[in-house]
Amino acid sequence: MYAASAPCWWAALRRTRRKLFGKTLPLLSLFAAFSFVTMMFNLPLPGGTTGHAVGVGIAAIVLGPWASLLAVSLALAIQALFFGDGGITTLGANCFNMAIAGSFAAWGIYRLASLGAAADSRRRVVAAALAGYGAINVSALLAAIEFGIQPMLFHDAAGSPLYAPYPLRIAIPAMMAGHLTIAGAAEAVMSAGLFSYLRRNEPALVGIASVPLARQTTRNLWGALAVVLLLTPLGILASGAAWGEWAPKDFADAATRAQITAASGSVAAPAAAPSGLARLANVWTAPMPSYAPHFVKSAGFGYLLSAMFGVGLILAVTWVARRVAQDSGKRVEP
Amino acid sequence: MSAGVIAKTVRGFTGALAQTLVAESSAHEHGLLQGLDPRVKLVGMLGLVVAAALSRKLVVMAALFGLGLVLAVASRLSLWSLAKRVWLVAFGFTFMIAAPALFLTPGEAVYRLPVGSLAITAQGMRSALVLVARVETAVTLSTLLVLTTPWMHLLKALRTLMVPVEVIILLAMTHRYVVLLTETANAMFESRRSRMVGRLNGHEQRRLMVNTGGVLLSKTLEMGNQVFLAMQARGFRGEVRLLTDFRMRGWDYVAICGFAAAATAAVVAGR
Repeated sequence: MYAASAPCWWAALRRTRRKLFGKTLPLLSLFAAFSFVTMMFNLPLPGGTTGHAVGVGIAAIVLGPWASLLAVSLALAIQALFFGDGGITTLGANCFNMAIAGSFAAWGIYRLASLGAAADSRRRVVAAALAGYGAINVSALLAAIEFGIQPMLFHDAAGSPLYAPYPLRIAIPAMMAGHLTIAGAAEAVMSAGLFSYLRRNEPALVGIASVPLARQTTRNLWGALAVVLLLTPLGILASGAAWGEWAPKDFADAATRAQITAASGSVAAPAAAPSGLARLANVWTAPMPSYAPHFVKSAGFGYLLSAMFGVGLILAVTWVARRVAQDSGKRVEP
Repeated sequence: MSAGVIAKTVRGFTGALAQTLVAESSAHEHGLLQGLDPRVKLVGMLGLVVAAALSRKLVVMAALFGLGLVLAVASRLSLWSLAKRVWLVAFGFTFMIAAPALFLTPGEAVYRLPVGSLAITAQGMRSALVLVARVETAVTLSTLLVLTTPWMHLLKALRTLMVPVEVIILLAMTHRYVVLLTETANAMFESRRSRMVGRLNGHEQRRLMVNTGGVLLSKTLEMGNQVFLAMQARGFRGEVRLLTDFRMRGWDYVAICGFAAAATAAVVAGR
C-alpha cells in the first residue's frame, strides 16, 4: 500500500510545492495537527453511543483534495510514528484509504452536492455532511476490500491465511456495519458542524466570499415588521398626550393642562406655552400631522398609512445608503 | 453523561500529553538503544519490523518479540508500562479482529461451544495467533524506536530513507502543534467543564463538541498566520536546512551488522 500511496504523495507535494514555502507550510501542519486533535474528540451520536471523526471531510472542503491528502497523511503519520496507533506497516494502507481516497471522495461529493447552491443555502451544510459520511465509508470499503482479498493472495501451503483471515463476503459487511452507522455519523456531524461554523465566521475559507444574512432570518424579520405595522393603530387606544410631547395649543386647553399636571406629579402646567416652544413649533410642519394625512378620516387607517410610509422611507434611505457605500467601495479597490 | 463526554475527551488529551512526556524522558535515558545513531536504529528496527511482517512462522515471530524484550530491558524501558501501553492495547484491538477467525476458519474442530454449532478450529487458532503475534511484534519494535529516540532526531534520520525535506519539516511542525493544540483543546474543555452545572442532552453535547471544534479551528488558522509571519520575520525564504550532525561510531557499525543479521535470519527462517 505504500507503493500505491507514494505516487499520490509525490503528486500532491509537486502540486503544493510552489505554495509550500509560503503560507501553505504552516497552514498544512496546523491543519494536520487540528485533524489529529479532533480525532480525540468524543462525539455523542443519536442513540447514546459516541464516535470519533477523522476530519477528512472538512479538510478536503477547506484545503482541496491535494493539500487535504497531505494534511490527513501527516496526522496519521504522527499517530502511527509517534503515538504508535495504527502501526508503521499499516500506515501506507491507512493513508491510502483515509487520506488519499477519503480526501478525493469528500471533495468530489461536496462539489457535486453543492453544485449551484447559494452561499447561504442549507444544501451546502448537507453537502458537507454527505462529504464526511461518504469519505469515511469509501475509506472503510477500500479497507474491507484490502482485508478481504488478503486470504486469496497470502496463504500458507495448507491454505491458512497469513495476514487478515476473512474473505470479502465477511470483511465488507463487518467493516461497513460500523462505518455506515457510527463512524460515518461522527464524520458527518463534525463536517457539517465545522462547515457551518466556518461559513459564519471564516466564509472565505470554505470558498464563500461573504455570506448574506440567511434568507430564513430575513424572512422572519419581514414577518415581525408586518405584525408591528398592523399593530400601530394600538396607539390610538392611549388617552391624553404623551408626556413631554405637548403642542403649544395643549397649554391653552384646560382639560389637557389638567392631564399634564396629573402626569407631572401634580406640578401645575404653565398657563401659556413656553415661549421657546411657541417660537419653534412652526419651524417644521409635518407632512402627516397626528399620524394621518388630511384626506384620511379613519384614525386607525391613518396610523397604518403613516407607519407604512415611515417604514418605506427608512427602507428607501437604507437602500440608497447601501448603493452609495457599495459604489465607493468599488472605487477604493484596485 | 453530560460531563461524561467532556471527561472522556479530556482523559484522551491527558493520555496523549503524558505519552509525549514519557517518550521525551525515556529517549534521554542512558540505555543501549538511546546510545545508538538514530539512522542505525531507524533502519535496523524497520528491517526487523519488515522481517516480522514477512514471517510465516510463529517461532520466528516469538524470537523477534524476545529480541524486542531484551532491547527494551537493555534500554531501561519499563516492561510494565510497555505491557500497559502497547501490548494490552494492541492485543485488545487485534484480538477483536482475529477472534471470529477462531470459528470461521474451516478445519479440524478442537473445541465445540456448549451452545450452538460453533467450534474453534485448529486452523482458526493458528490464524488468530499469527495475526496477534505479528501485530504485537511489529508494534513493540516500532515503539522501541520511538521511545528511545528524540522526535527531532528521528525526523532527521528519516532523510536517510530519502524522505523529502518538505515532509520532514511538515512532520516536525505538525508534531509541535499537535502538542500545543492538544493543550489548547484540553484547556477549553476543562474551562467549560468547570463552568457547567446540570446535564446536557445529546443534541447539546454534539453542539458543544462541534462548536469547540470550530473555535479550535479558528485558533488553528489564526496561529497558522502568526507562525507564517514569525517565519518570515526570522528570514524564512523557502530554503530548509537540517542540522544533520549524526556521526557513526564503532558501536553503531556493530549494531547495524547485528540488526542486519537478525533481520536476515528472521526472513530466511520465517519462510
